[in-house]
Amino acid sequence: MTKPLVAIRSVAKNFGEFQALRNVSLDVWPGEVMCLIGASGSGKTTLLRCINQLATIDAGGIWLDGELLGVREQGGKLHRLSEREIGRQRLKTGMVFQRFNLFPHKTALENITEGPTQVQGRKPDEVRTEATELVRRVGLAAKADSYPAQLSGGQQQRVAIARALAMKPMLMLFDEPTSALDPELVGEVLAVMKELARSGMTMMVVTHELGFAREVADRVVYMDQGAIVEQGRASDVLGAPREERTKAFLSAVI
Amino acid sequence: MKPAPALAQGFPDLSGLRIAREPHWFRWISAALILLVLAAIARAFANGQIEWSYVSRFLTAKVILEGIVNTMVMAVLAMMLGIFLGIVVAIMRLSANPVLKSVAAGYTWLFRGTPLILQLLLWFNLALVFPTIGIPGLWSARAVDVMTPFLAALLGLGINQGAYTSEVMRAGMLSVDIGQYEAAQAIGMGRLRALRRIVLPQAMRVVIPPLGNEFIGMVKATSLASVIQYPELLHNAENIYYANSRVIELLIVAGLWYLLAVSILTPLQMLLERRFARGTLRLAR
Repeated sequence: MTKPLVAIRSVAKNFGEFQALRNVSLDVWPGEVMCLIGASGSGKTTLLRCINQLATIDAGGIWLDGELLGVREQGGKLHRLSEREIGRQRLKTGMVFQRFNLFPHKTALENITEGPTQVQGRKPDEVRTEATELVRRVGLAAKADSYPAQLSGGQQQRVAIARALAMKPMLMLFDEPTSALDPELVGEVLAVMKELARSGMTMMVVTHELGFAREVADRVVYMDQGAIVEQGRASDVLGAPREERTKAFLSAVI
Repeated sequence: MKPAPALAQGFPDLSGLRIAREPHWFRWISAALILLVLAAIARAFANGQIEWSYVSRFLTAKVILEGIVNTMVMAVLAMMLGIFLGIVVAIMRLSANPVLKSVAAGYTWLFRGTPLILQLLLWFNLALVFPTIGIPGLWSARAVDVMTPFLAALLGLGINQGAYTSEVMRAGMLSVDIGQYEAAQAIGMGRLRALRRIVLPQAMRVVIPPLGNEFIGMVKATSLASVIQYPELLHNAENIYYANSRVIELLIVAGLWYLLAVSILTPLQMLLERRFARGTLRLAR
């Protein structure tokens, strides 16, 4: 029997009085492409950040590849893991940010090799070969030695995807990867993501690109006010939503 | 496709006409006035009671040259100590640990809050408080032997500089976008590695102009160490004029050397700035 790659159970997260996540439970299966949709403030970005431990959860638990994230159960209590252990757990996920967050003082290739050489301590030659292959895969072989400031938004985001892939993650998290892009640059980033989805990568994508969700997602999850309202096949959720809130959101977006 | 509509009449073709040069009368007049003032000052000094031959003779005197070397050695070493302390204290200040935070704040408060010359005198006279210093049971020495003018000047200048530099470094780190920390964490980096590999190199670009400023300040601040007998430039110049009474001539000698040192530092700073500007748009395009 296969196990879910990510198991989220009764997760809650508060920012002061604001409840960003309320009692969220969800499974993500190996090879699945899941799109999270919803209005801003609905908790979908927070959920991704909790899986990558850029945010800590206040209640519940998240298991990745069978391992409980961020804490260890001992003597009936949960103890926080050390920074080193959290860093090790983070290596299983790759994160792509809305605003790219490339390292501006490093070239495209150096951005990609930074993690494998510095964090994983792998051999520079070997990493460089892999990185060159990754730059080619995202269609930027000619830009390998360019600095981020010399690249367009779409090119930067493709480098950011390659940087995340270089760590050989089991799960890729995309936080609104095309929201900061000019409209004519969205397509090139989505094309790279589609190729990645076809290659069998497990992906969680927070997005407003419903066309992408319809075409690529195995499952679409609609969130509102920190909770999952509706989920199912893309054609069902986007084509024939059952919940009134989902209907209202979709009619407002399209 | 419709043809473009005809253009209206009455707007002559100006191509081929040049823009006339402006006379800039005011610039000429003000430049002439300033030259006149400078000439008057030069004449006053030439006729004043200054023996210029002493200036040229002592400009390259051995004691003066040793002085400028000692000044630069002290400035570089104290600045290095200051930058090291500054980085450590800035990191402490920005950490989540309240103990580290308050230690850092206390350090800055103490060493920025008292005059530098007073700190130099305190370090130099440490032997009055602790006649012997050392590690109990392992090593000890008389404080007067350990606390030489060199060490007292280095500690005084460097630790004081660290308090100022920490604020410069903190500003630099705060200028780096929070997304850079997150991207570094997302590829598995711990806090210190993210600081060293990602944040500090970007902060350097911002902090070099103020640090250059601080270093120029340091070159001149070493002259305060003359009060604790450290043989830097001003101290040596003073020693000469105590003997020959050519006060102004030797102060001019010292002044010229300080000016020269600072003039050399400015282009060095520009080289450094260019090094850390990698990847920024201005250089890339």
